[in-house]
Amino acid sequence: MNKQISAFFTLSVLSLASASAADLDIKLTNLTHGIYFTPVLLAAHNSDTHFYREGIAASLNLQAMAEGGDISGLSMDAQSMGGDVLENPAVGLLAPGASFTTNLTSAMDNMYLSLTAMLLPTNDGFVGVDSLMIPTTPGTYTYHLNAYDAGTEANDELISGGGAPGVAGIPADPGGMAGANGSGVAMSDVNTMVHIHRGNLGDTDSNAGISDLNSTVHRWLNPVAELVITVN
Amino acid sequence: MKRIQLIMLGCALAVSVLLVGCKDDMNPHRTFSVEVSNLTEHQPLAAIAVVLHESGYHAYVLGSIADSDLEMMAEGGDPSVLLASAASEEAVMMTTANTDLTLPGNKSILEVKGLGHEHRLSLVGMLVNTNDGFIGLDAIDLSGLAKGESLILHAKVYDAGTEANNESADSVPAQGGEGFNASRDDRDFVGVHPGVVSMDDGLTGSSLDQSHRFDSPAARVVITRK
Repeated sequence: MNKQISAFFTLSVLSLASASAADLDIKLTNLTHGIYFTPVLLAAHNSDTHFYREGIAASLNLQAMAEGGDISGLSMDAQSMGGDVLENPAVGLLAPGASFTTNLTSAMDNMYLSLTAMLLPTNDGFVGVDSLMIPTTPGTYTYHLNAYDAGTEANDELISGGGAPGVAGIPADPGGMAGANGSGVAMSDVNTMVHIHRGNLGDTDSNAGISDLNSTVHRWLNPVAELVITVN
Repeated sequence: MKRIQLIMLGCALAVSVLLVGCKDDMNPHRTFSVEVSNLTEHQPLAAIAVVLHESGYHAYVLGSIADSDLEMMAEGGDPSVLLASAASEEAVMMTTANTDLTLPGNKSILEVKGLGHEHRLSLVGMLVNTNDGFIGLDAIDLSGLAKGESLILHAKVYDAGTEANNESADSVPAQGGEGFNASRDDRDFVGVHPGVVSMDDGLTGSSLDQSHRFDSPAARVVITRK
């Protein structure tokens, strides 16, 4: 009985704490050497919403984002769950070293923040954060984000223009530093769940070799992005 | 005489406060589940070893020479000697390990419990497609974790520094190599793993291919107080 009462009390304290909207300034910086972020998707949402989960198979909508940069499906998923969604706050590609700043007002009960964007050029790599608990105390908070592999497409590292789910190859290299005529790096995925990206291999032959990517330009190590949240 | 009475009164108060505290959340006997998800592309994790302890125990120390217990785990994947040594230390409450590999995309769940003034957790597990690489968590403080609460952590990959990273088939366990040997032919300190190079990136004699390359973190670890 005592325990039930204290559980009830805890719940009401929690709901009081979450019953106010949060006013957030959000800054994202691309920390990579030569990788572009496709249009970013940002949402404040409840505890049941996930763009992706580590170690779990990707949804079809995540696959569309990770293979081709299409955020429409994930955006609708979050909106249907009552999320506060911001599409494409960087207005197009976010270049290596570039950053953007935006503002997000989250409704009560949307206590978590998630973010995704495809990494170009990769086959199905993306930068992301899943369900970060939004701080409630005013202040500035810094997070470092990792690169993930959606586990849905073999990392052949061939620039083929293929961006639709299930179509092999990489849509493009926005920086124009990729080569052509590679023979292909990987023909299949070993880990088909969402996992930490092992990185691009690349090579230094722009007209042959195993990969169309350039090993001196298109590699990275985690973290690939810095996220700064200011709670006003 | 008065002073003694005062001290005794103080002790009685302290004891009663302690007892009240112990009734609910302050119970120092705690149980934790440890869920480890392998986030690598192609690096199965050998037996994952978990140690529940108070301050003073470390399975590894970055920048320091690995002891032979750690070397045995990191080169061959077998943590049994490391755990036996841990169990003999005063700070350690409980040790455990799983027996199966944790494959990429899979997860393992272990459980530890113990009675202590504070609860810390250390974890190690070899990446079997390396010479002497392992995931590690060092003395994570769980004392502030309320019942039912979880802590989500990401484990980096470290290099025991005890075996050269030649990636050869005769030295990498998952490629048929020997695993542990007592000789030391590397930098001889525990550091952050530089990653594998692989034959696809031009390392002559490597038995590994591009799929074995990795970046940290290699594992997601969710610790839940039960």
